[in-house]
Amino acid sequence: MARFVVRRILSALALLFAVSVVVFGIFEIIPAYNPARAIAGRNASPTTVEEVSRKFGFDKPIYTQYLNTMKLIFTGQVIDYQDDLNVVDQFRERFGATLSLVIPAGLLWLVTAIVLGSISALKAGRLVDQGLMVLAIVGVSVPVFLLAFLLLYLLAFKTTIFPNTGYVGITVSPIQWAYHLILPWFSIAVLSVGFYSRILRSNLLDNINQDYVRTARAKGLPARQVFVRHVLRNSLMPIVTIFGLDFATLLGGAALVVETVFNIPGVGQYEAQAIGNLDVPPILVGSMLTAFFVVVFGALADLLYALLDPRVRLS
Amino acid sequence: MPLDPSLRSGGEDEPGGGLLSSAAVAPAPASGQDAFPGASAETPALGPWKLALRRLRRKRLALAFLALFVVLVLLCLLAPVYAADIAHTGPNQENIINTLSPQGIPIGPTLTSHYFFGADLNGRDLAVRLLYGGRNSLFIGAIATIIIIVFGTLFGLLCGYFRGVVDALLRPLMELIWSFPPVILGVAVGTALALGGIGPIKGNSLIVPALIIGVIYIPYLGKPIRGEVLRLREQDFVEAARVQGMGPWRIMLTEILPNVASTITVFIPLMLAYSILLESYLSFLGAGVQPPNASWGTLISDGLDYLDTAPHLALIPGAMLVLTVLSINVFGDAVRDALDPRATQHVKT
Repeated sequence: MARFVVRRILSALALLFAVSVVVFGIFEIIPAYNPARAIAGRNASPTTVEEVSRKFGFDKPIYTQYLNTMKLIFTGQVIDYQDDLNVVDQFRERFGATLSLVIPAGLLWLVTAIVLGSISALKAGRLVDQGLMVLAIVGVSVPVFLLAFLLLYLLAFKTTIFPNTGYVGITVSPIQWAYHLILPWFSIAVLSVGFYSRILRSNLLDNINQDYVRTARAKGLPARQVFVRHVLRNSLMPIVTIFGLDFATLLGGAALVVETVFNIPGVGQYEAQAIGNLDVPPILVGSMLTAFFVVVFGALADLLYALLDPRVRLS
Repeated sequence: MPLDPSLRSGGEDEPGGGLLSSAAVAPAPASGQDAFPGASAETPALGPWKLALRRLRRKRLALAFLALFVVLVLLCLLAPVYAADIAHTGPNQENIINTLSPQGIPIGPTLTSHYFFGADLNGRDLAVRLLYGGRNSLFIGAIATIIIIVFGTLFGLLCGYFRGVVDALLRPLMELIWSFPPVILGVAVGTALALGGIGPIKGNSLIVPALIIGVIYIPYLGKPIRGEVLRLREQDFVEAARVQGMGPWRIMLTEILPNVASTITVFIPLMLAYSILLESYLSFLGAGVQPPNASWGTLISDGLDYLDTAPHLALIPGAMLVLTVLSINVFGDAVRDALDPRATQHVKT
């Protein structure tokens, strides 16, 4: 266990380092990218640009710039180029909205996918299965932004069943919070439900014909118990791993499309704005945050794996 | 939902007939059989590929969607013909006087040769732009898919077969790409490259999004291939080839590659669908296809702001994109089932 933790921490550090270098490097090698000009504004004189460049240290060699930026990030002092806001504070303030969006959406799609995938596998080949398959494929074929916009247009603009974008904190009013987030949750979940239920279905079908299932049936366990305690339990593992990865990237800002469409002030919305403005510090922090969550949730998924299946050893 | 009628028409005997009759150009509809010459050859002993092809032929819904996809591709490829001979306009030709109301609202679908799908806010023919945009979307999807298949297979083979140093070098690279969310990585690189281009490629070239999408999805194929190769290289037939004195490259190409070919085949439609979708995300966030070029993604995202006054601007390209991705996915699903019949067998619990 101790070795597992140490190894994961080391690989997390390596990944964080690599991610930060890559993001930093991408923007450095772009010829047209000039952060000093971006900060100084379009009509700034060359001397102003030069001044800004000196103030922010853009005239220094690249490794010095990198080290400085990392120092600023880890001491929580880094500011974005566009609005002079403290990036770490921004992420901290916005994280609640992203959590409100991502956690219920994740639960929604996981539970729905498990239920639908199980029904599909149990009724494999029948009409229900085919119907669910078509729905799942439609779900993965619609771009999230299109779905989100159409939902918003039909249910919040044409008819006023749901509020027209915006976000209310859960501490302000739990009912309004949920009311504002139902459409965003649904938008995020649709794609993943289609994807996950299909994977689960094929895993279930792989497992359902294994010898141990026959043994369990032969010793007289009820079909329901065989399915839930044996087949489903063994089929959930690949889902758990993918869920960890997807959930981690959503926490790090991958929900940027939905946050942008529904105007939810989360980390993804901030990152989307930063990307549009080529504002490196928020992109850098967002990427590193994502990588951090990917490692943490990868480790959690492996732990869960070991709990679900005693044959798996952590190494 | 615009999808339901298309789904129903896909199940009928005339594949894609409902869609074709509403479109202005009607190239020879490709039937399911045309796509699979040789599938009808009856031989007593069938190889795994022939068998898969046979299973696939029985899936009429999948073949109907394949036909629909072929029709959509042909329509997009014929965009210049449509523009010149039927619509008599170009993708960037503006005609504000005849197509915009005094309030600036463009005309909707006329269903005649001129402005079949209506005009956009600059008085350009939406049908023409739709076909040209589709050409760009499909081109980007195809190039990205080729990049994914070539490099994903190569990485998978190299890592899985040589292990050791090669694996230690290439695998972290794949893990690195893997741990970025595709949209964030794609948008960041796309926005950056759109400004300056890379090397000889200009910033507004279609190659830029294709390259980005391709690189992002390489691990999606590379990782499973690597896993399979790791398992295959320990098998007796590989050992036999090694004992016979075959070099590593020859073993990889003649012994191992044929054994991972079915996995690669399954990934081709999947990656094509993913790539076309990701292009639309990049374009929605301003990092994909750059103006004056259009793609389905840019057409949709430009149109979304006018859902109320001119809904055709977003809905028609949206339906086109969804229909294309859907047809690839349905067909791809059937290909996977045909290659791996376990996934569809009927079971009792």
